[in-house]
Amino acid sequence: MSAGYNFAYLDEQTKRMIRRAILKAVAIPGYQVPFAGREMPLPYGWGTGGIQVTASVIGPDDTLKVIDQGADDTTNAVSIRKFFARTAGVATTTRTAEASIIQTRHRIPETPLKAGQIIVFQVPIPEPLRWLEPRETLTRRMHALGDYGAMHLKLYEDIARFGRITTAYDYPTLVNGRYLMAPSPIPRLDNPKLDRSAALQLFGAGREKRIYALPPHTPVKSLDFEDHPFRVEGWSQPCARCGARDSYLDEIVIDDRGGRRFVCSDTDYCDGRLAAEARSS
Amino acid sequence: MYVAVKGGEAAIDAAHELLARDRRGDPATPELTLAQIESQLRLAVDRVMAEGGLYDRRLAALAVKQAAGDLVEAIFLLRAYRTTLPRLAVSLPLETAGMAIARRISAIYKDVPGGQFLGPTFDYTHRLLDFALAEEASAPIASSAGEDAPMAPLAPVTALLEEEGVVAPERADPQAPVGDITREPPTYPAERDVRLQSLARGDEGFLLSLAYSTQRGYGRNHPFAGEIRSGMVAVEILPEELGFPVAIGEVELTECQMVNQFKGSATEPPQFTRGYGLAFGRSERKAMSMALIDRALRAAEFEEEANAPAQDEEFVLSHADNVEASGFVQHLKLPHYVDFQAELDIIRRLRREDQRREAAE
Repeated sequence: MSAGYNFAYLDEQTKRMIRRAILKAVAIPGYQVPFAGREMPLPYGWGTGGIQVTASVIGPDDTLKVIDQGADDTTNAVSIRKFFARTAGVATTTRTAEASIIQTRHRIPETPLKAGQIIVFQVPIPEPLRWLEPRETLTRRMHALGDYGAMHLKLYEDIARFGRITTAYDYPTLVNGRYLMAPSPIPRLDNPKLDRSAALQLFGAGREKRIYALPPHTPVKSLDFEDHPFRVEGWSQPCARCGARDSYLDEIVIDDRGGRRFVCSDTDYCDGRLAAEARSS
Repeated sequence: MYVAVKGGEAAIDAAHELLARDRRGDPATPELTLAQIESQLRLAVDRVMAEGGLYDRRLAALAVKQAAGDLVEAIFLLRAYRTTLPRLAVSLPLETAGMAIARRISAIYKDVPGGQFLGPTFDYTHRLLDFALAEEASAPIASSAGEDAPMAPLAPVTALLEEEGVVAPERADPQAPVGDITREPPTYPAERDVRLQSLARGDEGFLLSLAYSTQRGYGRNHPFAGEIRSGMVAVEILPEELGFPVAIGEVELTECQMVNQFKGSATEPPQFTRGYGLAFGRSERKAMSMALIDRALRAAEFEEEANAPAQDEEFVLSHADNVEASGFVQHLKLPHYVDFQAELDIIRRLRREDQRREAAE
């Protein structure tokens, strides 16, 4: 563990401030709680919000998993995992089932989360209305009034122009029938995993200084219309490694003649399926 | 299998090694010392302290060295260090009127009580490369310059205008709590104290360009450089157990008071108004830009029309911080292949549908 720094880097006063924000966020699911985000030794936009949330909830007995794009071995995931191994000395894992805290960027693990687990999302832009209204003063009012017509209109315009909703990731959700929430840039295939999850889901936006949360079992509805229900799109082929048909696949360009391979973006899920297969054969 | 961004651990370690080697440069050249940076790149150190929000010349010099001269990176290093420091005390308001003057100019009077002092400035240099500086050992600089700098504190030039009543007085309310942008999240509209704090840490380049835009008609506010002063100012705290102020050190500051024309409003008589800029060290360009933008952001206060970018508080304050901006712009380097895959899928589906429609027609 690094000498000269407090457990998990942040000082206890800062952790208390962040925990208060988290408690408020849990009490008002989907509501963006402003918090006095600190400068972290990692750059803004690289997960500082998630890191601050993780640093505030992590204890010496926790087991941490960090993923980026679903994978444990992407550079930024490695960097953040190392940061906590160094500053908190906690155990780390790549196994979803073994982790007590999972910090993630852009994915939710395929393995369903259990009660007692915490998933921490790194959020670049916490405001789902930001692309419709750049001003914080106005979006806060829209949330206060539950005035989400602009978002429905945007989705309707998509359908009118393209015959479908073209938002592929960070697909807007309505939390507990009240607050419109940005699920962070997860693909919309992951959206159903947010709904009534057994795990506590925390969202940290460091640069924008906002925290929001989904307590376990919170209903999360992806916005849609009666005649255009929310759908997730699948792949025409299974994972080339493990054969999974239910997971999100990365497209890997394998040559310069248009060759493609599709494999699970969730490396732990893919490896786990291969290991299970090896055991059974 | 092609794995561009995966398998990062060894790659990250190797990158750090390469960075260290790159920073050191040719080992045949002597390594830079912090003392050299502190004394010979002092304006770089000033900028890093100002935008890093920490007055420590040595640490700022270390940051400049560690960042290989990338000042925005150095500012980030200093900020990340600063945020871990405990709050020991809050100082009393600085008395810039009591500054030990190294430079003091006013553009609104030919002469002012106490006099004008150019001090060390690039202003009237001819920007000709001085090849003598290229020599390893340049000639010693012998001079008696600076000996006539004022010994006694000089009253600010704006005090003259205040006396005549032609500039709106600005008095701090000692009872009012002062905001702290490092301890409270930003909310809009912001109070002026919070606004000035954000501007003081804001990126010099961003503030400079915005300030320039007000001079070119995007939120024009008729500024005059009422006074610019640089020098050392004592920092005092008031320990509760003592009951009297104690000086704990001094900081070098540059202060700019812009004086702006104002035609008056329904409630206010015609008078001059002010824009205020303050920065650590000799960051004069920064202090002047800050003063212009402070005034631009007071448009609502003076019931002025506000439709230029520099007058838009949310726009200016939420984009002025270069640590935030640099991080978020550069995070685009991180893998985004999951979201890209999702977009790619949508594009392909839309194109297939287009082709089907065209084929059917």
